[in-house]
Amino acid sequence: MDSDLSPQDKKDLDKFMKFFALKTVQVIVQARLGEKVCTRSLSSPTGSDWFNLAIKDIPEVTHESKKALAGQLPGIGRSMCVEISLKTSEGDSMELETWCLEMNEKCDKDIKVSYTVYNRLSLLLKSLLAITRVTPAYKLSRKQGHDYVILYRIYFGEVQLTGLGEGFQTVRVGVVGTPVGTITLSCAYRTNLAFMSTRQFERTAPIMGIIIDHFVERPFGNMGHMHPCNYRAPGEDEGACNGVEDSQEVCTTSFSTSPPSQMGVPGKEGGVPQQVPVQPCHGAQAEHRRVSSCPPADHVPATPYSRGEDAETSSRIVEVKSGSPCDVLETTFTRKVGAFVNKPGTQVTTASLDLPFAAFAPRAYDLEENDPMVQPPESSATSSPLQGSLHSQGSGESGGPAQDDFVMVDFKPAFSKDDLLPMDLGTFYREFQNPPQLASLTIDVSSQSMAEDLDSLPEKLAVYEKNIDEFDAFVDTLQ
Amino acid sequence: MAPPLYLLVSPYIQPATVGKQITMNCRSEVLEVSVEGRQVDEAMLALLHTILLHRSTGKFHYKKEGTYSIGTVGTQDIDCDFIDFSFVRVSSDELDRVIRKTVGEFKDAMGNGTDGMGQISLEFYQKKKSRWPFSDECIPWEVWSIKVNVVNLANEQERQICREKVGEKLGEKVINIVEVINQHEYLPKMPTQSEVDNVFDTSLKDVQPYLYKITFQITDTLGTSVSTTMRRLIKDTLAL
Repeated sequence: MDSDLSPQDKKDLDKFMKFFALKTVQVIVQARLGEKVCTRSLSSPTGSDWFNLAIKDIPEVTHESKKALAGQLPGIGRSMCVEISLKTSEGDSMELETWCLEMNEKCDKDIKVSYTVYNRLSLLLKSLLAITRVTPAYKLSRKQGHDYVILYRIYFGEVQLTGLGEGFQTVRVGVVGTPVGTITLSCAYRTNLAFMSTRQFERTAPIMGIIIDHFVERPFGNMGHMHPCNYRAPGEDEGACNGVEDSQEVCTTSFSTSPPSQMGVPGKEGGVPQQVPVQPCHGAQAEHRRVSSCPPADHVPATPYSRGEDAETSSRIVEVKSGSPCDVLETTFTRKVGAFVNKPGTQVTTASLDLPFAAFAPRAYDLEENDPMVQPPESSATSSPLQGSLHSQGSGESGGPAQDDFVMVDFKPAFSKDDLLPMDLGTFYREFQNPPQLASLTIDVSSQSMAEDLDSLPEKLAVYEKNIDEFDAFVDTLQ
Repeated sequence: MAPPLYLLVSPYIQPATVGKQITMNCRSEVLEVSVEGRQVDEAMLALLHTILLHRSTGKFHYKKEGTYSIGTVGTQDIDCDFIDFSFVRVSSDELDRVIRKTVGEFKDAMGNGTDGMGQISLEFYQKKKSRWPFSDECIPWEVWSIKVNVVNLANEQERQICREKVGEKLGEKVINIVEVINQHEYLPKMPTQSEVDNVFDTSLKDVQPYLYKITFQITDTLGTSVSTTMRRLIKDTLAL
């Protein structure tokens, strides 16, 4: 108990505990900054290096530690914890590890405070230096910056490990017995990084990002990073010397330890200037993207990932205008429109945004109605059994009245020339599969001729017998 | 001829054997790793430096009245090139040079491009002065033996997997080392000024590790062992 401890020893022990706690936090946070740590050995002591170890004191970290301790010391039932978590550029966060400095009731009365306890605390700090490089969070922290940052939080009191997921591992750094209790330093670290495997932390666009951007004008699919996210302003987190970030919610303190972002202002796109719709913007998503870049409507490049309305709009412009140099440019661009770009839609509603590939949903086609080639001939509408048997099953489905049941996928195949014939390949293909019936193959006609033939046979035979000489002469000429 | 010679040797001189407790106070720990040929250096450095980090103090400066002050030990992070691993070592280029030299000799003895097994031992000892004509005794109090199994890999994919696996293994070994050290078993008493050289290596100018020696032995493919320690023992004996 405390009564066995001399006042000097008690005072020393409290001081050791306090500085040990502060140094522990420094070691842990510095190990998660993402940079290599290097301090010099000094043969002569400076008097300020606690535990004979050169551990730098980052002022903000010291400040946060003291704030968390609030004048108390780690003791029995009062543990000091440093929680390390990861926060992605998309705002998701995940606890990686929790370092706990605890004390239990097992006392070592005989131990000498000023000598043995001090040296053992020094040894424990060295062990902490070694172990902080071994847990999985170290490698993650070395790669932080672009896609994610590492944050820390210090708290005092009960240890909370629920945020580490299932199957977390614990490693004990070490124990030091003191006359008032046994100090234990340990680390519980997450092993289940499943959340992270669905996001990519290499320097490539996350897959989710590409899908979201698919129907939004974005010339470079792989620049998925250029979406608004919580990039920190440069200078805010240089090393660990600036910027204590006040957090919200659960965290009492959090501190970004990532280097400043190299990305430009979010929302700006590089490369090809964005499209300008001649039609009003359709859909909430499209609007969001286009707001930032809407030059006047005289330059309308079309790209493979654009919304179809823009491509079709520009093709309309080609038809209407003539002679201006812009048109040449536009014509060129329309030909670049790729597969699966949908035709102009006057019916792109918000409802269509809910469906995947909703832009391909059925809608009115003004162009098609005007095009005689597109309209199927009437004869094909009357499908007879014989007709059905002569055509393949596939065409039978695609042609005729069955057409109405289908979602018309009206696409412009790549390289199709739609300025020569006012009909696209798809329409042509459909028509080809529904040609008009041959006259001789219709049953009525054939049945009619059969009856007539039978009746007229005797007469014909009589005629042929009369002309038999002519036939013989003809045969002779052939020989 | 080695065994008969051994019998002639004074029984008070104990060689650093492997995996056995040879004196009352000597603790012996064995670590085993399997690495690829080019990873031998870094793996050995990582483990030896981790141990030495815990077994080095700042320089002692003795004052009058038997008190002393201790210098400050700096640390630095080292990234391995051939292993997905980083470790912390004492900031002392001198110490690093000594360790690298020994590890280099070990690597050379292991040979290049062949599978093999070897063992490198880091022994901490105290010197006990004896009277003439006997030489000083070296009494080990802690021996770390690192058994190394060298494998050769066929292709780059295997090497990449090996990088990661060996990194994880070394991490486990570091945790083992820390566990052992934090059991706080025997440590030599802090010496007086006159005795400091019997406990610590005072030859370095920035840090002061406990007296240590590094030895190694290679097991060739036939399984017979050539012990450099035995040779040294014989030399020591003949130096009497």
